[in-house]
Amino acid sequence: MTRKLLLEHDHIEGIRTYDVYRKNGGYRSVEKALKSMSPDDIVEEVKKSGLRGRGGAGFPTGMKWSFLAKPDGVPRHLLCNADESEPGTFKDRYLMEKIPHLLIEGMIVSSFALGANQSYIYIRGEYMYVLQILEKAIQEAYANGWLGKNILGSGYDLDLAVAPGAGAYICGEETALIESLEGKRGNPRMKPPFPAVKGLWQRPTVVNNVETIAAVVPIVNDGGDEYAKIGIGRSTGTKLISASGNINKPGVYEIELGVSVEEFIYSDTYCGGIKNGKKLKACVPGGSSVPILPHYLVCKTAAGEDRLMTYESLADGGFESGSMLGSGGFIVYDEDQCIVRNTWNFARFYHHESCGQCSPCREGTGWMKKVLYNIESGKGKSEDIDLLWDIQRKIEGNTICPLGDAAAWPVAAAIRHFREEFEWHVKEPVLSQTENYGLVSEKSFVTETV
Amino acid sequence: MEEVKTNIEFPRELLDEVQRVVGMFPEGKQKSALLRVLHIAQAHWGHLSPDIMDYVARLLHIQPIEVYEVATFYSMYDTAQVGKVKLEVCRTGPCMIEGAEKIIAYIESKLGIKEGETTSDGIFTLKAVECLGACGYAPMLQAGEKFHEHLTEEKVDELIEQYRQNPVANYMGLQK
Amino acid sequence: MSEDAKIKVTIDGKTIEVAPGTTILNAARQIGGEVVPPAMCYYSSLEGSGGKCRTCLVEVSKGSEKDPRPMPKLMVSCSTMVMDGMEVKNTTSERVLEARKGVVEFLLINHPLDCPVCDQAGECHLQDLAFEHGLSKTRYEFKRREFEKVDIGEYIKLHMTRCILCYRCVYTANQLTDSREHGVLKRGDAAEIGTFIEKNLKNDFIGNVIDVCPVGALTDKTFRFRSRVWYTKPVDAHCECTKCSGNAVLWMIGDEISRVTARKDAYGEVKEFICNECRFDKKDKSQWTIEGPRKISRHSVISANHYSKEIPKHTTLLNKA
Ligand SMILES: Cc1cc2nc3c(=O)[nH]c(=O)nc-3n(C[C@H](O)[C@H](O)[C@H](O)COP(=O)(O)O)c2cc1C
Ligand code: SF4
Ligand code: SF4
Ligand code: FES
Ligand code: FES
Repeated sequence: MTRKLLLEHDHIEGIRTYDVYRKNGGYRSVEKALKSMSPDDIVEEVKKSGLRGRGGAGFPTGMKWSFLAKPDGVPRHLLCNADESEPGTFKDRYLMEKIPHLLIEGMIVSSFALGANQSYIYIRGEYMYVLQILEKAIQEAYANGWLGKNILGSGYDLDLAVAPGAGAYICGEETALIESLEGKRGNPRMKPPFPAVKGLWQRPTVVNNVETIAAVVPIVNDGGDEYAKIGIGRSTGTKLISASGNINKPGVYEIELGVSVEEFIYSDTYCGGIKNGKKLKACVPGGSSVPILPHYLVCKTAAGEDRLMTYESLADGGFESGSMLGSGGFIVYDEDQCIVRNTWNFARFYHHESCGQCSPCREGTGWMKKVLYNIESGKGKSEDIDLLWDIQRKIEGNTICPLGDAAAWPVAAAIRHFREEFEWHVKEPVLSQTENYGLVSEKSFVTETV
Repeated sequence: MEEVKTNIEFPRELLDEVQRVVGMFPEGKQKSALLRVLHIAQAHWGHLSPDIMDYVARLLHIQPIEVYEVATFYSMYDTAQVGKVKLEVCRTGPCMIEGAEKIIAYIESKLGIKEGETTSDGIFTLKAVECLGACGYAPMLQAGEKFHEHLTEEKVDELIEQYRQNPVANYMGLQK
Repeated sequence: MSEDAKIKVTIDGKTIEVAPGTTILNAARQIGGEVVPPAMCYYSSLEGSGGKCRTCLVEVSKGSEKDPRPMPKLMVSCSTMVMDGMEVKNTTSERVLEARKGVVEFLLINHPLDCPVCDQAGECHLQDLAFEHGLSKTRYEFKRREFEKVDIGEYIKLHMTRCILCYRCVYTANQLTDSREHGVLKRGDAAEIGTFIEKNLKNDFIGNVIDVCPVGALTDKTFRFRSRVWYTKPVDAHCECTKCSGNAVLWMIGDEISRVTARKDAYGEVKEFICNECRFDKKDKSQWTIEGPRKISRHSVISANHYSKEIPKHTTLLNKA
């Protein structure tokens, strides 16, 4: 049985309320931190833990914290990224809805570590009911002396508030989030300067994902070394995985990093196998932005090794034959799904979510969507596949923010692995409207061909 | 819902709420309250007309264009009138492969409108939206602030019946 | 490092010493000639401008003396600071030329293909850019985005169909006027410049948005005899003005002023913004002191002149400027 650090108490009746949360060991980390640790001690424990950002990029959290500029007399801010809009990802909502105090506890300890006295949780507008749950919990935390002035007599002050977005995936990008929190359009900023130097209101700022901040609680309670014992190599600790698609048991799972992908998909502890006894066709293991894997590269790497749920193993083979852990949005496709249609669907998503600031993303995402729609609906030409490849290549790496890459990668990976299915759509414009292509054939991965 | 043209003003309790939201931010950073205040305005008046946006601009001491820029950027804001209950069905990948398109088609035929339209009685607007963070419980839709998950045709029937009887979709604890 | 310590940067093999904090683009402009990347959104005097159009992408093949590693991605030269010992490739990089071709194509897919009849022809930086970097044939087979022309006040016409969303006009209004009334509405490829509700833009300096617009999406409604634009001759002139410097360019047709603009440098940038009165109201020659023919051609850095293959490189306008 895997160890749970975040969702250990999610089944307890009333855990959403302060009293029950406290009775089950809640806010211990704040007591420990404020009474017996310095801010630097906490940063040190987080470094030791090996915790990596759970929002998608997987950047080491301790290192990120140590980059925060600390000019005299300038307030600093910690922002929690609860924008959660990457298709396939729904773990942060689960955590905040079930155990709101865990996030608040994490915010207090993390804010203390960073020397921030005013912190915010930026939550996507569609989660308005969760915002209300959080606000209620924050009120309880104030009422019980965990927030406000001179917390636990330590001399440390912290105010915490929740601010909603209003429907924009791009506001999950940290500089767009900051713009949005300043009451503006969610246009990502040019970097440098980085938020660690000039963030919210031009002040030094750290942005962390909900799950990252929650994980600081067990790290402070049990020590960074204890946390680092879980997992494999540079993938330490536990990770929330949002499992969706054609599986028997979709939902949010807390796994120890290092579980095999095969176990995750097929065991009854997790996804419980493919629904209706169908065959696995493909998997997007880390949210819609990461490369899709064809059936034969899901449980095994191209080198024939078991694929594990770790940052490294999922990325094994690079973009040629690997993918990414990303945000942990694990989407499973059975043999009846159409990859062309899914790629078009994702392209439509990125087109819808582009902020429109830079030309490759603004114009390129819409173009890819239209070409994909043509292929999908039986109006495609064979040159269209190469055209698509060329468009995504000209977006990738050439934009202000990574949304351009996020739009390009799913298209690139789909063509790379499922080219024969795209070609079949072009060759069989009528048949492809009613039939499915089924599984693609296995390729060996020596060199990139296209 | 008639167009509010003159004397646009929040009632006392909403002005207090605006005050509370502005108070979350440091002195002079009241623009940060904009997104939340627009949500409140939309929940109260149904949609964001130019007059309402100008009022919000005055409340927060910013230029009207700053409000228009924001209101037209974010997909949750309606600058034109919509139905009392917006049925927002997720259409993105994970929901699509679990039957979102069928659900949308079913609602279209049941209400006799197309995606993006409002029923003639002004009760329902049907909108296809992007991933709402409920992919594991697909297909799903949001009405007001409530998530309705694991949708089936029967569930949709019930929902529509319920909202037809009582066309109120709560948002932020406010009724519209 | 002392205040005036210079740092060394090499662009397409040409080395120059510049002040710390200089962008690659401005270092290239100090060298001049072919090494200067095209810039459609950056504008020196507009705070916050740059980074959006991506036409100025360059390859940094050596980061600095201290850290010689190449930068993995192409960088926007308008917003990337030079480091001591940096080596940059502009036209000598296949990657850059390829990416730039892509950017130009992206800028054109939703742009009307009516250059021959467009009243901005000859003054449009996008046309120049397309001439040099574009594909000969469009690969875009879908309907293009189109908008009606709208009047945003008594002085300015907006033809959104041509806009490339460089945001220059927005920054201009932020910087020169006390209350901005137009902005960017909507998002993605639906984004548009506008006022949302009918507005009359008439702030004293708002006319400058016409000069900063790289494509003629914003035009001067007081422009007279537009149909004979090809016959206009620009002259430098000045007038006594209490609001601005009064230094302007008059576009003459015979003895008549067809329109007034600010003076642009070799890169198409206005250094001294002029007020509305000078621009829109002073259409009588007697109100001006004429200095002589305009010294800098209206074809600026991204002009056909500069990139035209027939003209030897060393005689391009930039080297003279
Ligand atoms: C387009 C885009 C959307 C993103 N959306 C989210 C999101 O919804 N939630 C999140 O935590 N991070 C998101 N990220 C990543 C954030 O930019 C940032 O890396 C993260 O919040 C950092 O927190 P972490 O280090 O704790 O992961 C997004 C990034 C991009 C480019
Ligand atoms: S890449 Fe897309 S989302 Fe990011 S800044 Fe550019 S246009 Fe906006
Ligand atoms: S109208 Fe002109 S200046 Fe304004 S954003 Fe468009 S292209 Fe740029
Ligand atoms: S895809 Fe529908 S909720 Fe995520
Ligand atoms: S000029 Fe540099 S990105 Fe536009």
